Amino acid sequence: MKDVKCECGHVNPHGTVLCEACGKVLDEQSQDKSLLDMRYEGSARRSQTYNKSIVDKIWNFFSSVKVGVWLIVVTLVASAAGTILPQEMYIPPTMPAEEYYEDQYGWFGKLYYELGFNNLYSSWWYLVLIAMIGISLVICSLDRVVPLYKALKAQKVTRHEGFLKRQRLFGISENVDEQDIAAVKQRLKAKRYNIREENGDLLAEKGRFSRWGPYVNHVGLIIFLIGGMLRFVPGMYIDKVLWLREGETKVVPETDGQYYVANEKFILENYDKEKEDKTFEAAIDRAGMVVKNYQTNAVLYKRVGPAIPGEQPELEKVKEHKIKVNQPLKFEKFALYQVDYKLDELNTMSFSLTNKATGNTFGDVKINLYDPKPKYDLGNGYGVEVLSFFPDFEFAKDGEPTTKSRIPNNPAFVFKMTSPEVPKGETSFVAIQQTIEPLGDNQYKMAFKGIETKNVTALTVRKDLTIWIIVLGGILFMIGVIQGAYWNHRRIWVQNKNGEIWIAAHTNKNWYGLKREIESALSETKINIPNDQIQREKMDKEGV
Amino acid sequence: MKKRRLVMRTAILFILAAAVAYTLYANLTKDNRMKVEVGKQAPDFVLIDMEGEKHKLSDYKGQGVFLNFWGTWCKPCEAEMPYINNQYNHYKDGGVQVLAVNVSESELAVNQFAERKKLDFPIVIDTDGQVQTAYGINPLPATFLIDKDGKVVKYHTGTLTESTVREFMEKIKP
Repeated sequence: MKDVKCECGHVNPHGTVLCEACGKVLDEQSQDKSLLDMRYEGSARRSQTYNKSIVDKIWNFFSSVKVGVWLIVVTLVASAAGTILPQEMYIPPTMPAEEYYEDQYGWFGKLYYELGFNNLYSSWWYLVLIAMIGISLVICSLDRVVPLYKALKAQKVTRHEGFLKRQRLFGISENVDEQDIAAVKQRLKAKRYNIREENGDLLAEKGRFSRWGPYVNHVGLIIFLIGGMLRFVPGMYIDKVLWLREGETKVVPETDGQYYVANEKFILENYDKEKEDKTFEAAIDRAGMVVKNYQTNAVLYKRVGPAIPGEQPELEKVKEHKIKVNQPLKFEKFALYQVDYKLDELNTMSFSLTNKATGNTFGDVKINLYDPKPKYDLGNGYGVEVLSFFPDFEFAKDGEPTTKSRIPNNPAFVFKMTSPEVPKGETSFVAIQQTIEPLGDNQYKMAFKGIETKNVTALTVRKDLTIWIIVLGGILFMIGVIQGAYWNHRRIWVQNKNGEIWIAAHTNKNWYGLKREIESALSETKINIPNDQIQREKMDKEGV
Repeated sequence: MKKRRLVMRTAILFILAAAVAYTLYANLTKDNRMKVEVGKQAPDFVLIDMEGEKHKLSDYKGQGVFLNFWGTWCKPCEAEMPYINNQYNHYKDGGVQVLAVNVSESELAVNQFAERKKLDFPIVIDTDGQVQTAYGINPLPATFLIDKDGKVVKYHTGTLTESTVREFMEKIKP
């Protein structure tokens, strides 16, 4: 584990392939290769050099690009599997998930559910996969960017012969005079090369910053992941649904009882071919009902002074807003979005107390389904008592009438009707389009008269403090991609060896562009255009 | 040099591991993350019972409070009501108060239910859902045990048996 001192005097870390300063081949295996592997400048990737403690072993595991690629492949396959059937949050709430998957998709659905794929994207193993990609990203980057930076910083102008000879572009010229060198230098400068000189040797370099592109990109990705992680921190990300009937005022969840919102009216508009431009007439005819607008006329209130939950709060109007799709009501860090609705929810039901024989009526009863009264006195000895109320009526398994919820989706009543003829009262069970007289024939009935309905709106309560971190991560990601993709790191060495001029060049991509630049820089000089040794090798093999 | 490397690597791995562990923990607990945590002060509230009497949680300092959230349509709630009623009668002189908070139903429904089940303890209706929001109620039934200092001792969701109710009352008896 000793550092390696090169003959040029530079001390390289253990595991270095090419001397950071002069480029001499230090690694014996690379000695007899005709071309150098220039990845990471032949620097000592530290992960590949030490393998001692458990910490080093974990580090080395994550430092491997091979491991990283496999993690990504596995995650991709898993993510794809999650799209085969809908995720649990998207299935209709009519049935429990464990029944739904089997009912809809048979044995495959059952298996899917049992493997936990119904909540794949928030399962622990999926998160572990993502986290491992994140760790691999951090460690791979650290392990490469540091040695690469050091090697590029330590490079000297004068390079070892072995280094130059083994570059892909390499050529030797004799009888070159100083004027030619000066001309080449001038032209390279004009092409925006940075030129360094040392004892008559030249190094022209440009676009080194493009080597940092992948690392900038990885930093962006890591920030992106941190943003995603922050969503799990309480208070950073809120996504709740608030159902609000017309005329109702409710506290906005997650605001500590500070804000209240009222739904004054919910509006659903369709496109009307009479009112729209003639152009759309055919389209509207073909598609039928097309919704033009979902809108909640909302009023936002702020509580004045302290209030204990349950107490009637004193409210101060903050603002009115017509909430439409993508036009949320915004306040502080919150936004209320239109997300769902329910039209014509039953609100009141009216009945007339009617004599079955004569058809005469003795007064109307209007029942608020959210707050029915126990008794409705109609005067003159007539009256109605509500013995039982089932807002969401069904018969239970034991045959008893019962209610499924508190929402009046299917209201049913047990009435006791009193009249001068029957002062003790007659009992009648009344549901929608159904009347049962359990205790024998009645003289009176509750004749259905009408209903009033209200619309209900659903608003998403959204607060997202992580979005700017995610956006920043995304921007850095793209900067990194652009930096690495649209610029190339090019180097040209023009060096004096034994009275000859040696030219070698290297780029991390786009060799054609580099060759053209060299050709134009060397034109009209006595310096030969360097050969492409890879092309030559290929030609030799093919016997051309 | 080698020592520094080990320290650096350990530190970086530790930070990464901590971030991953936290994320996993937060994700797995996000569904049952309570608004009201055990060991913390229970949020105060004021509600009016069926007799028109005002009940303020903080007025019950010095007594244990058995706080139950329920609905008339909820079968498990219905099942545990008689047990709560029995134990209420047993413990009310021992300094345990029962408050049964109905979740936004009509007075009629609640009164009829209370009559049918012959309930003696005070029942309050959280009409506009403020108290449910403050306690983050979902699903029903939900029971909070609050001790004499107003601290939450336990949270329970799901049906209670008579012996559990007794055990709970015993827990908050001052």
